[in-house]
Amino acid sequence: MNQLPGATAALPRVRLRRLLRRSSRPMSPLARREARQGLLFISPWIVGFLAFTLFPMVATLAFTFLNITLAQETPLRFVGLDNYVRMLGDQHVWQSLGVTIRFAILWLPTSIIVPFVVALGLNSKYLRGAGIMRTLFFLPYVVPFVAGVLVWEQMLTDDGWINTFLNLIGVANPPSWLFDAGWIYPALVFIGIWGIGAGIVINLAGLRGIPTELYEAARIDGAGAWATLRNVTIPMMSPIIFYTLILGVVDVLQYFLVPLVLKNGTGEPAGSTNFYNLNLYQTFFTFQEMSYGATLAWFLFAITLFVTLVLFVLARGRVFYAGER
Amino acid sequence: MSAAATYAQGDPGATARRRRRTAAEWTRTAIVTTAFAAVLIAFLSPLAFSALLSVKSPAQVTEANAPILPSDPATYDYNGQTYPVYYVPLPDGTTRELALVKKGRASSDFVDPANPGAGTITWQGSWRNLDQPWKVSPHWDNYANVWGLIDFPRALFNTVALALIGTIGTVLSCTLVAYGFARFRFPGRGLLFTILLATIFLPGAVTLIPTYTIFVKIGWVGTWLPLLVPAFFANAYDVFLLRQYFLTIPRDLDEAAMIDGAGAFRILRSVVLPQALPVIVAVSLFTFVYAWNDFFGPLIYLSGQRELQPLQVVLANFSGIYYKNPSFIQVGNMLTLGIPVVLFILFQRVFIRGIVITGVEK
Repeated sequence: MNQLPGATAALPRVRLRRLLRRSSRPMSPLARREARQGLLFISPWIVGFLAFTLFPMVATLAFTFLNITLAQETPLRFVGLDNYVRMLGDQHVWQSLGVTIRFAILWLPTSIIVPFVVALGLNSKYLRGAGIMRTLFFLPYVVPFVAGVLVWEQMLTDDGWINTFLNLIGVANPPSWLFDAGWIYPALVFIGIWGIGAGIVINLAGLRGIPTELYEAARIDGAGAWATLRNVTIPMMSPIIFYTLILGVVDVLQYFLVPLVLKNGTGEPAGSTNFYNLNLYQTFFTFQEMSYGATLAWFLFAITLFVTLVLFVLARGRVFYAGER
Repeated sequence: MSAAATYAQGDPGATARRRRRTAAEWTRTAIVTTAFAAVLIAFLSPLAFSALLSVKSPAQVTEANAPILPSDPATYDYNGQTYPVYYVPLPDGTTRELALVKKGRASSDFVDPANPGAGTITWQGSWRNLDQPWKVSPHWDNYANVWGLIDFPRALFNTVALALIGTIGTVLSCTLVAYGFARFRFPGRGLLFTILLATIFLPGAVTLIPTYTIFVKIGWVGTWLPLLVPAFFANAYDVFLLRQYFLTIPRDLDEAAMIDGAGAFRILRSVVLPQALPVIVAVSLFTFVYAWNDFFGPLIYLSGQRELQPLQVVLANFSGIYYKNPSFIQVGNMLTLGIPVVLFILFQRVFIRGIVITGVEK
């Protein structure tokens, strides 16, 4: 398994039979000793996984069929699918899911294309000082996110630097970014783009890994810059692009911390920052409804699984793994 | 004829072509580099903005036509008193910077800082319509004020302690687990490693609710324990990063040590770790910066426990209370982002290498 995109692509390719075959073979004493030591070394993770992942997952699922609240004023009982029925009829849930999807439609392409294009530029032979520029593009990635949000909040005020700049280049009525429901998503995208340093580095490493013979061959075949990009660079980069897409989907479905800090969780302007996860967070921490919150959490998990599985299926045959055997 | 021979004989056409191409390449280099530098300046401008705002006075922040640099309205000391300076249009058509010594509704008295001996000049018109010149003067006292307002040393101590203990736990546990996955064969290893990687996809909310409920029941909420204890049980990203690196270390030395009778722990300590130092440094730095920047964990587990909160949470609360004083908020920002940014600048190669391993290599 030496295909490029690291963690993600390996997942659906695991063959259960192959994994289990080894265990059915009788083991020599030496092999048994090795196995015991190996399991001993990974035991911290196994304990942690059982305690902080598997058990809470199962518990969350069990919560969805109960009526747990933190105060527990009514007696604990099995409520069947009541929480799910309530969720299906909850306007707030669907509205917040719509908010998340609308933002994702704007954010996902941006978060994939911008680092790719910047990395293309940084990889250009016409660029001087690429090393220092790479460092500086990465820099905002380590800025603590609360600090970053608070800086951008000032940048995006009605007479902040962004609007001052727009005035300078002749835009008469620049938007009120943070207070206009139509402009808040572009504003959130600005804030998000500030942290794309890691994406640039990953794309850049991928670009460096493309064999130069391919470019040589394209040049001999008379391919121009655009044809080379389309027929060499993008196919060779497809595992990286797919990797960024999958992790991007998982992240964007959980998006809510920036609006939480920016708008104190009010959902302003006009409910446009009422993200799904914000609603979940408030159900849980503000209203302390464990069972209903758990139901919303499992629904989010189901959506995440569904979307990533669809993407894996769609990617079959479209993502090119050079090292695949 | 070989290319070298052509070159030696000198082909005037080729030389001209080469020169034209270098000129064209030079132009392209200039265009691409300039365009990129411009994008970069725009990209980093928020940092400059934050730094400048942190040393501005409240008066300047609320003033619409204030300059970009931190400044105060110009003043002039005259006869032991401080007077504001204004741009005054004079009857002869010139505009001079004059100090306003006596305010009046229809006419005011000014004094010329360039020529105070000449006495006062009476000017007809309302001084309220005049513009003020600004003089650059950074308000460093903002930093002193914020330092006192939010018990900064306490918050800084909390942040450093949480980040350090969390980093120690993460590096210890992830090294052991990665060593187990990289060097030992045991039944179900592939499946377990796949499960480990799959946890990356699990939305945090799915495990948060029971975890939080249990931490409430055992009395850990309001302490550092929920933030620190899980760090000692390894995480997918760092195990992956370390395992990938361990796999690149040749096993020959392991085997030599084994023949010499070294046990598994001894091999890890004396053979593998010395060779894996770069990746250990990378994981330590990543974990430290990540823990330093963590907001959500401390927010939910330490809400209301002001004396235990790290900088991130303190800063978010602070911005809620002092939203009318953006300078103070940016002071907090500058103080919070200082250490991660300095760490990054010192160790940027390590950071970038680590990201390449997790993102690209398999």
